[in-house]
Amino acid sequence: MSAAAPAAALATGRTRGREGSALARRVRRAVVSVVVFVLLWELGSRLKWPWVGDAPPPSAVLKVWLPLLTDPGYWYSWYQSSRRVLTGFLFAQLIGIPLGLAMATNRVFNDLTFPVFEVLRPIPPLAWVPAAIIFWPTQESSIAFVTFLGAFFVVVINVLGGAKSIDVRYFQSAYSMGATKWDVFRRIILPATLPSIFVGAAVGMGITWEVVVAAEMISGGGGAIQSSAGGGLGFFIWNSYIGFSYPQIVVGMISIGIAGYISSSIIRAVGVVCTPWLRTR
Amino acid sequence: MLANGKGAIRIEHVDKVYDAAGAPVQAISDCSLDIRAGEICMIVGPSGCGKTTLLNAVAGFHDITGGSIWLDDEMLCGPGKPQAQPGPDRVVVFQNGALFPWKTNLENVAFGPVVQGRMSKAAAREKARELMAMAGLSGTENSYPGEISSGVRRRVEIVRALMNDPKVLLLDEPFRALDSLTKSVMHEALLEIYYKNKVTIFFITHDLEEAIFLGQRVAIMTTRPCKPKKVLDVDIPHPRDYSVLTSRRFRELMEETVHAVHEEAVKAFEAGEKEM
Ligand SMILES: Nc1ncnc2c1ncn2[C@@H]1O[C@H](COP(=O)(O)OP(=O)(O)OP(=O)(O)O)[C@@H](O)[C@H]1O
Ligand SMILES: [Mg+2]
Repeated sequence: MSAAAPAAALATGRTRGREGSALARRVRRAVVSVVVFVLLWELGSRLKWPWVGDAPPPSAVLKVWLPLLTDPGYWYSWYQSSRRVLTGFLFAQLIGIPLGLAMATNRVFNDLTFPVFEVLRPIPPLAWVPAAIIFWPTQESSIAFVTFLGAFFVVVINVLGGAKSIDVRYFQSAYSMGATKWDVFRRIILPATLPSIFVGAAVGMGITWEVVVAAEMISGGGGAIQSSAGGGLGFFIWNSYIGFSYPQIVVGMISIGIAGYISSSIIRAVGVVCTPWLRTR
Repeated sequence: MLANGKGAIRIEHVDKVYDAAGAPVQAISDCSLDIRAGEICMIVGPSGCGKTTLLNAVAGFHDITGGSIWLDDEMLCGPGKPQAQPGPDRVVVFQNGALFPWKTNLENVAFGPVVQGRMSKAAAREKARELMAMAGLSGTENSYPGEISSGVRRRVEIVRALMNDPKVLLLDEPFRALDSLTKSVMHEALLEIYYKNKVTIFFITHDLEEAIFLGQRVAIMTTRPCKPKKVLDVDIPHPRDYSVLTSRRFRELMEETVHAVHEEAVKAFEAGEKEM
């Protein structure tokens, strides 16, 4: 045993080292991919390639971006959009997950709700904007509502699909080992649906970013027009467009891309922690 | 009333008609079979003849449309009670396995006593660890089922079933997906478990060699609708090991079974069913 222990330690150390270098390799590839993209863009912009020729080169974008990094108004836009995304996203999870589970587990409830759900689902979130503005008391609440809708349907559909596709043998073997209905819900349905919940969350998060930006553009930034860039990233872009500041449009776009990437990375990371059994696949 | 100890299953004149979408399928017709307490009874028969249907009726996964099924003196299902209540006295091990992928092997094995409220989580895990060690599964406790080989998975699942102290183990082609080498190891492992626990085993298989090697009796079922065509006594004494396979008696029994099964398989084939 005393001989086996260091050998085991060595083995795990080695695998950990290998994993570490695999991670380093992947980071290197990511850096290469970004750098090549930026270089091509710069080149295309300078050489007036068709299509990219009219876009401001990254160097010009950076020139506008750097001073913005110390501008509280710019960060306030980030804050505004993130807050709206988070609010809509959380409500979509809070209402969507129980609804999806209830639809999957209760035939009567499903029959009563599914038809309405399926009629509402194909309506694009942005088509709700005018109605939302009319029906909700403040602009802020209408943006939040539309953002919520963006994620809501995806969340429900994923939870519903995940919970319905659970192999019947899991239920049978649980019941045959003496499980109650509540045990089955808690110990079978919930964990078996967890991967789909995270898929729904990741897709829903992407959609909330799409929707919030568009809603901010349409609604004029939630009433925060005074500060030139206080109405969220969508309004930031719109404002730059009105002010003919093309590099700043690109700054806004990239900011949204980064914000979306950060949010979906967080969801993925949480998902990996919560579904450890999928790591082996 | 026989009541000869614990875990005798009496199947009396059972009928089962599936009637989904208005096209009735008679899966079982007037099927009677006595499975004695503590025996290994093997069920063989053409594919699609209704073996799984019979096992599921005993387990309580669906109803029967006639007859009755008894566990010792208790009527599981019958007149006035079409469907048995699934319970830990009759635990099922499925062909493709049904270990919960989101639980570690140890949590899987400890599942039964915990949901039955029979043991605390800690006590159940302690017992699970013990049983797993006895089945040679030490070291796999904290892996997930997705991380171990299919043979080991099957062993974990049988141990999970035994954790419930069942009177009857219902095995539906549990080793079908295994290669023949792993299978032979599993046979000896199952027998070893059986000799220690003396549960009644109701075992469906397509593999005639497996049927005769493991079983005290082999029930050969007719093509659909299912009922025993012939119940063969395997008069080779237990405990058995692999040397049995080369014995003359084994070969004779094998021949007898092959004939009976082949007849039914041909009938099934001619009736447009898949060949077994
Ligand atoms: N839920 C169901 N609804 C309708 N018919 C069914 C259902 N389940 C099974 N059957 C039919 O009942 C018959 C018996 O099926 P069963 O699964 O019991 O056969 P089996 O003997 O276990 O076959 P195999 O050896 O292939 O596992 C088949 O003809 C099958 O098509
Ligand atoms: Mg079957």
